[in-house]
Amino acid sequence: MAETPAQLSRSRDLDKLLLRPGNLIGANFEPGEELRDDIGKYAKVLVLGAGGLGCELLKDLALSGFQNLEVIDMDRIEVTNLNRQFLFRFEDVGKPKAEVAAKRVMERVSGVNIKPHYCRIEDKELDFYSDFSIIVLGLDSIEARSYINAVACSFLEYDSDDNAREETIKPMVDGGTEGFKGHARIILPGVTPCFECTIWLFPPQVKFPLCTLAETPRTAAHCIEYAHLIKWDEVHSGKAFDPDEAEHMKWVYNEAVKRAVLFGIPGVTFSLTQGVVKNIIPAIASTNAIISAACALETLKLASGCSKTLSNYLTYNGAEGLHTKVTEFVRDKDCLVCGPGVLIELETSITLQKFIDLLEEHPKLLLSKASVTHQGNNLYMQAPPVLEEMTRSNLNQVLFDLMGKTAKSILHVTGTTSKNDKKFSTLRKLRVVFKGVDGVTDMDTAGGA
Amino acid sequence: MIKLFKVKEKQRELAENANGNIPVKKQSAGELRLHKDISELNLPKSCTISFPSGKDELMNFEVTIRPDEGYYLGGTFIFSFQVSPIYPHEAPKVKCKTKVYHPNIDLEGNVCLNILREDWKPVLNINTIIYGLFHLFTEPNCEDPLNHDAAAVLRDNPKLFESNVRRAMTGGYVGQTLFPRCL
Repeated sequence: MAETPAQLSRSRDLDKLLLRPGNLIGANFEPGEELRDDIGKYAKVLVLGAGGLGCELLKDLALSGFQNLEVIDMDRIEVTNLNRQFLFRFEDVGKPKAEVAAKRVMERVSGVNIKPHYCRIEDKELDFYSDFSIIVLGLDSIEARSYINAVACSFLEYDSDDNAREETIKPMVDGGTEGFKGHARIILPGVTPCFECTIWLFPPQVKFPLCTLAETPRTAAHCIEYAHLIKWDEVHSGKAFDPDEAEHMKWVYNEAVKRAVLFGIPGVTFSLTQGVVKNIIPAIASTNAIISAACALETLKLASGCSKTLSNYLTYNGAEGLHTKVTEFVRDKDCLVCGPGVLIELETSITLQKFIDLLEEHPKLLLSKASVTHQGNNLYMQAPPVLEEMTRSNLNQVLFDLMGKTAKSILHVTGTTSKNDKKFSTLRKLRVVFKGVDGVTDMDTAGGA
Repeated sequence: MIKLFKVKEKQRELAENANGNIPVKKQSAGELRLHKDISELNLPKSCTISFPSGKDELMNFEVTIRPDEGYYLGGTFIFSFQVSPIYPHEAPKVKCKTKVYHPNIDLEGNVCLNILREDWKPVLNINTIIYGLFHLFTEPNCEDPLNHDAAAVLRDNPKLFESNVRRAMTGGYVGQTLFPRCL
């Protein structure tokens, strides 16, 4: 790579991190120009979301030396995005976010290549995701995070000592913001807690009782939700409410105003209506910038080892003053998504019934009345009677066949077990290995949910 | 830290032999937890569950309730359940598919049950929801009405309420609304 003065000055900040050793470096850090160049050449980073966090992330990652980026976003640009999604201009309203964002960053940062995908993250095949070194999340919902977490954890494999195999760890950097608050976290499946391990951190969503909405509204939000959840169906029965449809939103606003007038409740405005219906909290550019910067820095650290990575959850609150804190959350060993499960070796000849009997005796399980599910197929259900009937015929089938004749696979079983003389029901993840099948070497097993 | 030299190697390998290590399809944690709830269902005789989309589609199912006492004795009421992938973080969406004259169920099928909305907790399960729904029929209450006409009648004139319910269940008019037969 020719070292012209222009090129040197361009990477001089990165060089401080990548070209020299330090006291906080990660394990196996090898400073040097080769490292800096390798990051550009070989690291492939996927950014999910091209909105408030996504725009900032693409800029930060491109300027941090990553040259192979891809971005997925299923939305089009709206006017309300323009206060913070700085890659977009008024003329871009209506165009797909991913495409415009990619184009703008490539125009400003020479050498970077960003491939946009205007689609939902669920529309991509699993092996699309396996190509990337690191996945960075700028998502806006629990569902989306849960989905991509399951995908990343499905690549995870464990060895026979229940240790995660390093080459199968797909790192994720997850950022989220809400008003003046935000978080940035590192997820290394099998090492740090995954998204599912800590899903209990989210508070339950605010839901008003339907009867309050119907009979005794007290706030502007009640009036809006009445129009949105109850009145809509009464008038448009059958037609689904679409929050992105301007006519629908206007209708809800008008109905909410009528109701507010009827009950003498102030405060119903069009922007509050949008906020309540779409669950929007006003977004602030600085919060997005701070969290994206933290995420981009962690991505650089993961790729280069130039410093110890965040361990493992950073929270930021800028509502009064400025407060950040890093907490080290611990994995849930029994996590259904990222946990190792219990390793079970089986003969290829065993029937489903014999397998269920075996679970009762297995020292790590002692599971009676087991129901068995494999990748969405319910092989046997003990209850309710209608499902038991539908799955009874599988009992005398060979398990190996029922599981698609693969050497290693994941099963989930539910049943009752007892501890200290108390019976309770439990759901367990099992890593199944069939003996003597091609491709099984030294008891390595397939991981993932 | 990702070992970039390994990434280089892998790319070389992949170029040499197209290996087919396709990752397996993943099941959401919500589906797994639902699988557990369903396999542990302990329903009274008056409640049955069915899976119109087959044994592998547990996220959408129907529950039929036949109250064995109270105003709604003899009626058959069908509820649809829609479970989200982030269950149990979010409560299932439950609607009543049978048109019913009830203070806590409106004519569109919305059900006012606290555990379905503001009092939902992840520790609850499908069994508790079904028991809650059953309870609505054995003990309808006029405190939190969705159908305020029905609630007013129940509160002020229980005998009239009883006959309205009977008329609605056998198939007839209550006020301006026609109810299909559900006995």
